[in-house]
Amino acid sequence: MFRLEARTSTPAWFNLALPLLAIAATLVLCSGLIAIAGAGVVDAYGVMLSASLGDSYAITETLVRAAPMIFTGLAVAIAFRAKFWNIGAEGQLLAGAVASCFVGAIPMPGYLAMLLMALAGAAAGALVALVPATLRVKFKVDDVVSSLLLNSVIYYALMALIEGPWKDSFSGYPISPPIEDSANFPVLMEGTRLHLGVIVALIAAPLCWFLIARTTLGFRIRVTGENPEAARYGGINVQRVLLSTALLSGALAGLAGVGEVGGVHFQVMSDISPGYGYSGIVVAMLARLNPLGVVPAAIFLAAVMTGAEAMSRATGVPAFLSDVIQGTALLAMLVALLFTAYRIRRVGAPA
Amino acid sequence: MSAPLIEMRGITKSFGAVKANEAVDLSVAPGEILGLLGENGAGKTTLMNVLFGAYAPDAGEILVEGRPVAIHNSADALAAGIGMVHQHFHLAPRLTVLENLLIGIPGKSGRIDRARGLARLNEIGRQYGLSLDPNLPVSALSVGEQQRLEIIKALFRGAKLLILDEPTAVLAPSEVDGLFAALRSMATQGLGIIFISHKLNEVRALTHRCVVLRHGKVAGRVDHPAQTTSAEMAKLMCGHEIVPPTKEASSPGAAVLTLDGISTSGHAGTPLRDVSLSVRSGEILGIAGVSGNGQRALADVISGMLPPRAGAMTIAGKAVARFSPRELQALGLGRIPEDRMTTGLVTNLPLADSMVLPRIGTEAFSRKGLLNPAAIRAFAEEQIKAYDIRCPGPMVRAGALSGGNLQKALLARELAFDPKVLIVSQPTRGLDIGAARFIHEKFLAMRAKGCGIIVIGEDLEELLMLSDRIAVMYEGRIAGTLPSADATVARLGLMMTGAGHTEEAA
Repeated sequence: MFRLEARTSTPAWFNLALPLLAIAATLVLCSGLIAIAGAGVVDAYGVMLSASLGDSYAITETLVRAAPMIFTGLAVAIAFRAKFWNIGAEGQLLAGAVASCFVGAIPMPGYLAMLLMALAGAAAGALVALVPATLRVKFKVDDVVSSLLLNSVIYYALMALIEGPWKDSFSGYPISPPIEDSANFPVLMEGTRLHLGVIVALIAAPLCWFLIARTTLGFRIRVTGENPEAARYGGINVQRVLLSTALLSGALAGLAGVGEVGGVHFQVMSDISPGYGYSGIVVAMLARLNPLGVVPAAIFLAAVMTGAEAMSRATGVPAFLSDVIQGTALLAMLVALLFTAYRIRRVGAPA
Repeated sequence: MSAPLIEMRGITKSFGAVKANEAVDLSVAPGEILGLLGENGAGKTTLMNVLFGAYAPDAGEILVEGRPVAIHNSADALAAGIGMVHQHFHLAPRLTVLENLLIGIPGKSGRIDRARGLARLNEIGRQYGLSLDPNLPVSALSVGEQQRLEIIKALFRGAKLLILDEPTAVLAPSEVDGLFAALRSMATQGLGIIFISHKLNEVRALTHRCVVLRHGKVAGRVDHPAQTTSAEMAKLMCGHEIVPPTKEASSPGAAVLTLDGISTSGHAGTPLRDVSLSVRSGEILGIAGVSGNGQRALADVISGMLPPRAGAMTIAGKAVARFSPRELQALGLGRIPEDRMTTGLVTNLPLADSMVLPRIGTEAFSRKGLLNPAAIRAFAEEQIKAYDIRCPGPMVRAGALSGGNLQKALLARELAFDPKVLIVSQPTRGLDIGAARFIHEKFLAMRAKGCGIIVIGEDLEELLMLSDRIAVMYEGRIAGTLPSADATVARLGLMMTGAGHTEEAA
């Protein structure tokens, strides 16, 4: 017989071991689905691996997919540190995409356009995140619900935009006009889609780590998240910290949208994000809310996404498996987090 | 001699390298009240958690009425006739007394058997003199009544042995007498009781026998607590003599904190009604009162957590404008909150973080928004050494420290910046003698340095020992103020009930 017993402390290596454990458990659990779909488990995972990380082109594709999830992962990680439950990274991403597309369509010198796109996208994401944060601070509205529901509001506003004023008058497709060619983010490797935004995302992670670990704002975010009462008693303006966190978090999610417009799609359409905002939650949880952990976690999910498509072509297992893996990984991680607070003990059979 | 009600034999329980209990033997006979004494971290709570099924012991066995039993959870413990009253009550506040009693008790064919519950409640009331209105919601009960309900709950479930973990820590003196009377009556009717406490005078007054734990082992057994002096028992607990601190005469200077006509509203507890008081430099003002008479609001106003509705406050001669914790700190106020775990510290973050929290934005620990980790660490290490805070280091999770060490850490963080005024609530609640003694000495040293101190407390002996003057709170007002030379436990106790007002200049 086994039982759970409260732990007094959590060893540091758990931060690495738990996500790996969760990923391993996920792959084992999902292998059942692969088998049901009639493919060899080892073959299928082999195709996934080689298609996502097998050669340099595959790696760049995975990185391009990872970039928006690095941003949304950082957005969620920072918000959750303050216990601002931002489930709205998806909407903030879309808002960032729309704002940067507006700016990118205005003719101006390339680098100025890119800078202004980034600023506009970050500002739009931040403003969207400010809504649930303000509702919580002023009226005690549950931020999980308000930030989640706001995603639909933003999504349908985007749809209204591309079905209405932005609609392509020639083709009739519901897509926005493209941004100026000069505003397209430079490609860093000939023959690939690896764009400047990916590098910015990779740099953003250590910057966010520095912010959380080494600045007074980061200190206040951590303390507020862990114990708002002690934070207030210690002289921290808890409401201001929550609003600052929301702005920061929303800006990061907005940047995810900027990268997709400037580096990948060069315009806005209804499926510009396949749920990168929600994936950010999985990324942040796998990273245990550590900004540095967000990068490998985002690359893992990106590899699953790119790999799943190739696997689908090669073995006939539906590419939806990537969504299943994502969901399972989140659940497995949440279960694995149990081990930070409890240990399993064997006890003798009851008398 | 009949078999003991409960016997624990050779109980050993380790957490990692730490042996929380080592070969502990303990037994309780029917009708016996056993005192379980020990400093914080001596292993009392672990031992009782083993008995109540929360932890599985590494070695040793538990016998109930001579038969070995395996206790894996609280349901097993209850089935074996063991009931526990925790320090923090486990009650559903919106349900009534009777409903709380019936939680988890199977009824007849899916329906709650209220009639049988009521009959049993009346029976317990008659048998032990423990009565409560069955239809009152728990939220309407006082702390003492909630405790009574916890005891009734245990008896209701057929407990033959009752464990009480520091039951008097939350009670007013008059309530303590009532509790003791009930416990004695339960013992004379054959129940066994384990009474955990730090307060030696209570243990001496109530228990028949004592087991003293130190570092997880049995340090001694006292067969006649009433005939043993507190000093002897304290020595067993600490392993050395405890000498009470001496209070030097002091000559208080100018007022460092004044409250003038402070009234509050919008607070969970009793609001303040026109409270005026002052503390002078080099003076300790004790605030006595039965808990729930506005002490919480007073502490919250002075520490900046609750802006008053009316009235004025000054610190070191300067008027307080915004009543924010940060403004008051800047004016020279130091604060030790009543609840160290929820208000004082951030238990999940490193101890060092909690120790620099109020001053993180100052030059000492950061510049231009960037933290200075080396300075933070150095400050924490220095204070850990200076205050003898027992911990693995400044980066340990604050929640892993014992209550006494946490209190020292909080004291260190406030005193490091020489406050002009210090407000403390329940400074030694739950602390062992050694830690309490250390805290008292620090207060007296600060007093000698000219700091004005307000001590809000329920332990009248502590207040009498520390204070120069004692003010008594009753229903949100200051019912009276006495120089401690004129104050006695009896006189203060009377004022605490609202009788015998003694109006003097506060």
